[in-house]
Amino acid sequence: MTDNITMTHGSGGRQMHNLIHDHLISRLQNGILEKLDDSARLQNANTDRLAMTTDSYVVSPLFFKGGDIGRLCVCGTVNDLATSGAEASYLSLAFILEEGFPLDDLKKIIDSIAETAKEADVKIVTGDTKVVEKGKGDGIYINTCGIGFIPDGVNLSTYNGAPGDLIAVTGSIGNHETALMLARNLLKFDTSISSDAAPLNKKISRLLKLTKGIKTVKDPTRGGLASALSEIAEHSNCEIILQEDKIPVDKDVQAVCELAGLDPLFLANEGKYVIVCDPSSADAITQVFPKAEFIGEITDKQPKGRLLIETVSGGLRKIGMLETAQLPRIC
Amino acid sequence: MTGIKEKIRLIQKNIQIPLGKEIKLMEVCGTHTMSIAANGIHSLLPEGIRLISGPGCPVCVTSQKDIESALILARKDNVLITTFGDMIRVPSGKDRLENYKNVHIVYSPMESLDLAMENPEKEVVFMGVGFETTAPLIASTITEADKRKIENFSTLCLHKTIPAALELILSSKDSEIDGLILPGHVSAVTGSAYYDFLQDQKTPGVITGFDGLNIMESIYLLTRMILESKTNILNNYTTVVNKKGNTDAMELLDIVFEPSDADWRGIGVIPGSGLKIRDQYKQFDALEKFPMDPLHIEEPKGCLCGLILMGKVTPPECRHFGTSCTPLRPVGPCMVSSEGTCAAWYKYGRGDKNSDR
Repeated sequence: MTDNITMTHGSGGRQMHNLIHDHLISRLQNGILEKLDDSARLQNANTDRLAMTTDSYVVSPLFFKGGDIGRLCVCGTVNDLATSGAEASYLSLAFILEEGFPLDDLKKIIDSIAETAKEADVKIVTGDTKVVEKGKGDGIYINTCGIGFIPDGVNLSTYNGAPGDLIAVTGSIGNHETALMLARNLLKFDTSISSDAAPLNKKISRLLKLTKGIKTVKDPTRGGLASALSEIAEHSNCEIILQEDKIPVDKDVQAVCELAGLDPLFLANEGKYVIVCDPSSADAITQVFPKAEFIGEITDKQPKGRLLIETVSGGLRKIGMLETAQLPRIC
Repeated sequence: MTGIKEKIRLIQKNIQIPLGKEIKLMEVCGTHTMSIAANGIHSLLPEGIRLISGPGCPVCVTSQKDIESALILARKDNVLITTFGDMIRVPSGKDRLENYKNVHIVYSPMESLDLAMENPEKEVVFMGVGFETTAPLIASTITEADKRKIENFSTLCLHKTIPAALELILSSKDSEIDGLILPGHVSAVTGSAYYDFLQDQKTPGVITGFDGLNIMESIYLLTRMILESKTNILNNYTTVVNKKGNTDAMELLDIVFEPSDADWRGIGVIPGSGLKIRDQYKQFDALEKFPMDPLHIEEPKGCLCGLILMGKVTPPECRHFGTSCTPLRPVGPCMVSSEGTCAAWYKYGRGDKNSDR
């Protein structure tokens, strides 16, 4: 077999068969995928509430500190499912490969997918591989679609926030996008910042079993914490006030942001959640996410639907939506 | 962290303005404009104090004609332009530097020299904007290019200096500025004695650092001086600024540059407010290498950037602000630069009538 992807890898013939058997099935088999039926037959969990999501991954570069496109394409989709409270069960996996893409890189990516799927306890049950001519793609694009089941009694939504609720973030913000900028040499600093890409579905499941007061779980990916919370304020028709000095930002990330004129509130994360909860759920959050910080609350003040921040100086200002993209193709 | 908030609250209580009196303070420097907005300082001040942004955003004060000159160079096949980031987005007519592949963003002007060595068949032109803080960097890049005998490097020298612009603003007939929040970084280079000329303008000033506490302290000091009719220049950033400044940097400035007239956006030519490369280094002057006569490009119709830079109007008074002019589609430079007054007002919600509680 050649060391690069060729057009025949996508032709449906022998080479494609070999690619799937030697490199995909060997790494991802789980009792369903290797049947290679045109559609996978799945078992329903004991619930009638199904959640489904899809996401495409076009990140550049493909490999960066703390992750790669393979890890991202599992994390992103299971984390999206978890925002509805669903326990991710099954994923589809579709590759669009560019002719000439190195097979070694593909193997590394599939290994990373296998490892992350194991970590997230999710099965990849169906897939697709297409090859496009050289120059028609950028190495590799991946699409995953996820299905999960929502336990009875769980009802998470960005419309659920109410006055008195607390706002938590499960750890420090801004690491993913900063790591990507460094990987792209857009910033030239010698730091050890790595992406926070991680599957959080099992933790969310545990949290939802521990407490009934969780109202909203949202992943602050593109647009960052500010955009996620603006959306919650708007959907829940309430005012949110954040405390700037409570928002966790790693020292390295803070330093890079200050030097490069970036605002960590708007930087993408891939392994963090914003959680809106009743104050009675605070202990449960800290138990499941020891690095969580309570960064603000929902008030009953008018006008509704806006996001404010009390700054480190004690001043109050509004936070708007992200206007100009800080960086494209970060996931 | 709470320590800072408490200290600021204490200062806040001590900033008191007699009923009916209005005090107008100008923050000269764009970094202050951003920090004031980011810290929500406006929400901490009593009714009678107005903060007005001044001319200290390098991108904002670059004239339409100078941006057109950079574009003329960018359109040449054999030229590579290097510049600081924000500059590429400033519109000139229907064009902007962003549209050209031969425009490179650099973090330090020295990167231009490496680029020149790597591309001996091209001329690398650095677009030199900025005040006394950045000008020494360009000066040392020029002396370094001279030392390394790099012949395909030059600078489009658009540097400006603060004193003449401040004098113009303070002496203009309808100036209502009562006190100045003076720039921290510029003063670190120039030294505090640089502002002695302000004594003639009978306007007090305080050299200020960039955190919320330092800014609030300076506002307190200024209001006290104004109410007591004092016109001193105080240094409230003593950890970084001394009387003499960075004498090495100032000497280097004097070796490479001489004072010249400069064209400020919306204001026009201010005599002695710019820096020109001295004859001794004229081989590094892009205007010597590429004599240009840029077409007159009209400022965008209705754009009030010039008046905003003079502190005469606030962004919401411009009909473009927040409607046809946003960070995504800026009309004028004050919305382009992250240090621009309009960008700060837009990003941090000032001018939104609902933003104050």
